[in-house]
Amino acid sequence: MAKVPVQFTLNGSEKAEFIESGTTLLHALRDKIGDTSPKGGCHQGTCGACSVIIDGELRLSCLTLAETCNGADIRTTAGLAEAGVLHPLQRAFLDAFATQCGFCTPGMIMAAKVLLDRTPNPSREDVVEALSGNICRCTGYEPIIQAVLTAARANSQNAA
Amino acid sequence: MSLALQTFSTVKDANAALQASGTRYLGGGTLVVRGANEGDVSVSSLVRVTEPSLSAITVSGDKVQLGASVTMAAIARHPDLAAVAPAARAVGGPAIRNMATVGGNLFAPAPYGDFAVALLALDATVTAETGETPIEDFLTGRDSSRAIITAVEFSLPKADSFHFLKVSRVKPKGISVLSIAALLQRTADGTVTSARIALGCMADRPMRAKAAERALLGCKLTPQEIAPALAAAGEGISPITDPIASTWYRAEVLPVHLGRLLLG
Ligand SMILES: Cc1cc2nc3c(=O)[nH]c(=O)nc-3n(C[C@H](O)[C@H](O)[C@H](O)COP(=O)(O)OP(=O)(O)OC[C@H]3O[C@@H](n4cnc5c(N)ncnc54)[C@H](O)[C@@H]3O)c2cc1C
Ligand code: FES
Ligand code: FES
Repeated sequence: MAKVPVQFTLNGSEKAEFIESGTTLLHALRDKIGDTSPKGGCHQGTCGACSVIIDGELRLSCLTLAETCNGADIRTTAGLAEAGVLHPLQRAFLDAFATQCGFCTPGMIMAAKVLLDRTPNPSREDVVEALSGNICRCTGYEPIIQAVLTAARANSQNAA
Repeated sequence: MSLALQTFSTVKDANAALQASGTRYLGGGTLVVRGANEGDVSVSSLVRVTEPSLSAITVSGDKVQLGASVTMAAIARHPDLAAVAPAARAVGGPAIRNMATVGGNLFAPAPYGDFAVALLALDATVTAETGETPIEDFLTGRDSSRAIITAVEFSLPKADSFHFLKVSRVKPKGISVLSIAALLQRTADGTVTSARIALGCMADRPMRAKAAERALLGCKLTPQEIAPALAAAGEGISPITDPIASTWYRAEVLPVHLGRLLLG
């Protein structure tokens, strides 16, 4: 099948690839561009492990065709750490044991990031709602919720 | 998977391309791309349209027009659409709501289609290039519909007249055991003068509870007076069975939840 060009910004750097038409963004990111932080859990929209942020909105990369992202700004967990320093969400996930096998973690962190970008001081209910499309088989969710609340507090202390 | 995507800037050109066999329209893709990922080979080509009017929300007076590409998230956060926001918020988790469109919800098979249930209660009009269709007729004929839906229109319900309820087992967000939307006009003393009730998961697509609607006329919303409507709610239903609930279970709990909706 004919290949088509796609071009977008991934974590701030320009990417351009030729892909087969109909390729999902998840496939393009992992197997073409080499960003394996979004995970393919179900390929059905159910688990949230493939969540990425496209133009500021949380989306499922397994259900998004890469061609529809031309010109978009795409953010993944791989782009969060700056100069080797973990993002407050990553730090909080580690400290709170919010990651066990780690498969859900990049999706959880993306879902939490869009929440904190819009709602810097979320309630527990806000966090539960924001993570409601993400499944974790290991932690029982409570450590994840606590980690997001901790990261929010750390952010607001830094801002103060 | 081998899918080819064609992008058009006008609905007209896309409609022409959709006539080819194996071709399907791509809305937000939450059902159609999922199908492809699952190995649905009936679709070999997808068509999408980038016309900005498809993503427009227009509210003038009590008339609302939602472009077919408007997402559930856009409805949920729109300041003038608070009346229907609960139905939009009932769809999926945050990422799904950022992708799921109004147009796609009209075609979503049960247990999906929660927003379409609300639109059915609101007696929305479904617009395509070929003209406008009342939603009830659209839903009946949707399997043979080939034209791109461009918009839906409805009158914004007055506060207190519109009620929506979705019951799911996975909290806070799960797919529907059932969903119910009701548009009720009442006199000052609370007597029901008109009722339009739509049900989700009670057939393969949203349907009206016409017997219950008739039984509600002239009633006040008290447990005694609504009892006949609840008893009639199951008339004509054939609920789906899926991993969430069986046909039997859905039929059993429908009157309970309709009662809660009406008395709530
Ligand atoms: C994990 C998950 C959870 C979900 N939860 C819910 C839920 O709680 N409630 C719910 O109602 N749904 C749910 N859905 C189903 C789905 O996301 C929604 O119904 C959504 O609104 C479908 O819209 P879409 O734009 O993604 O459709 P698409 O997948 O793009 O399209 C679906 C069908 O409609 C056709 N179509 C779409 N738009 C048009 C148009 N404008 N004109 C003509 N044909 C069109 C397509 O050709 C296709 O056949 C869920 C899906 C997933 C994957
Ligand atoms: S892989 Fe995309 S939601 Fe599971
Ligand atoms: S840590 Fe294993 S799935 Fe969440």
